[in-house]
Amino acid sequence: MTEQPMVRFDNVSKRYGALTVLDGLNLEIARGEKVSIIGPSGSGKTTVLRMLMTLETINDGVIWVEGEPLTHMERNGKLVPADLAHIRKIRAKIGMVFQSFNLFPHMTAMQNCIEAPITVLGMKRADAEARAAELLDMVGLSEKKDHYPSQLSGGQQQRVAIARACAMRPKIMLFDEVTSALDPELVGEVLEVIRKLGREHDLTMLMVTHQMGFAKEFSDRVCFFHAGKICEQGPPSELFGAPKNERTRQFLHAVLEAG
Amino acid sequence: MGIRTLVAMLAVALVVIGALATQESYKVFMPGLLQGAVLTIEIAILGSLLAIVMGVLAALARMYGPAPLRWLATVYVEIFRGTSALVQLFWLFFVLPQFGVTLDAFLVAVLALGLNVGAYGSEVVRGAIQSVARGQWEASTALNMSRPQMLRRIILPQAFVAMIPPWGNLFIELLKSTALVSLITLSDLAFKAQQMNQNTFKTIPIFTLVLLMYLAMSLVVTIGMRLLERRASLGLARGKAA
Repeated sequence: MTEQPMVRFDNVSKRYGALTVLDGLNLEIARGEKVSIIGPSGSGKTTVLRMLMTLETINDGVIWVEGEPLTHMERNGKLVPADLAHIRKIRAKIGMVFQSFNLFPHMTAMQNCIEAPITVLGMKRADAEARAAELLDMVGLSEKKDHYPSQLSGGQQQRVAIARACAMRPKIMLFDEVTSALDPELVGEVLEVIRKLGREHDLTMLMVTHQMGFAKEFSDRVCFFHAGKICEQGPPSELFGAPKNERTRQFLHAVLEAG
Repeated sequence: MGIRTLVAMLAVALVVIGALATQESYKVFMPGLLQGAVLTIEIAILGSLLAIVMGVLAALARMYGPAPLRWLATVYVEIFRGTSALVQLFWLFFVLPQFGVTLDAFLVAVLALGLNVGAYGSEVVRGAIQSVARGQWEASTALNMSRPQMLRRIILPQAFVAMIPPWGNLFIELLKSTALVSLITLSDLAFKAQQMNQNTFKTIPIFTLVLLMYLAMSLVVTIGMRLLERRASLGLARGKAA
């Protein structure tokens, strides 16, 4: 028996009224795989992550996580839309880092990292703090643990957000344009943390990014999205080196020209 | 206006009350007026507490409750916001006994004013909750928090800061509305003033003192709310000035 994919989008569609954002998406991501999603704005890239994080509902299809349906549940041998309890059970495997950080402004870096482990996982405060301290150390912010988000730079805030997501021990991490809101000189420190995370932890990673250099160096696979569909996908060497699709070529040309 | 200006105004009001109270023509009214003021303060405090409880409950019920609760909360808000506080007082005090429910006048005062202001307060709470950035909900969802956990730990603490100034307005409204309770047999500050005026016709000293007393009480509310606002926003703004 072959191993279940970590994530599987099975013919998933998303529409806002008459606008179809994603059109019958099929995508499988293996355990531990690092997948980058690139493409022009409005191509549905971010929607893929938001659906997987259950921040958006889906109109058609099923999303599977480790062989279990996320958006649905089985009842009498049939798939019916999932209730909140089921969603929360499966969602526990997924963590997300946002473009705009979304740290809790009334909590310190440390408090941001222990909040959900204590309230959601029921961890003891001391255990949660020990774990958070390790993670803040991993992102290089041990000495900032008692700072509030407003006292941190954008890069530092984003590193805290990564530590906060890791504190929930997800198997899948989603990164939604996590460097897009940062000043150029702060992008490197965040990418370095993601690199480290990829090396040291057995995480499945799915990221939407405009950092082509990083996507090329870091990913096992790159998916180029266009108009709600995967237009082309493959190992970064192929997709960047010898794109087959005309749209991919145009996009890469435009992006590399500008960059 | 800064807190210092408010404190200065309060000090002036208190000093003037004190100075007038030493005058022979004013002195005689002080014990009665102070007695009335105590009742006014009691009703205002208990009414405000009830208003907070009702405001938060009604807002949460309307936003997140199951359909029957949502319906109930909407009916409550519209009835108490859409009719006058005076009529509500009269209804509870004079009409309810006709149906066999007789409530103590003090209880009616607290209930009517608290429920009335709570109806307005629910809109304040709702607006403040909706003013919290969407990203905060999304981050809490990504951390797999339940709806009650999100509200209690993430959303309400942030919404709280935005609620303070409008609640300050409502508390002052409530304080002034307590004058209505003189019409259901309670001897509050306004009632005492009218009573003394009818007996003595010393209109100037009586209503000057009463005016200053209401002013002093509302300034205490305003100053208290300002201090609370400053404290509450500390956590959110910490380091922004640094």
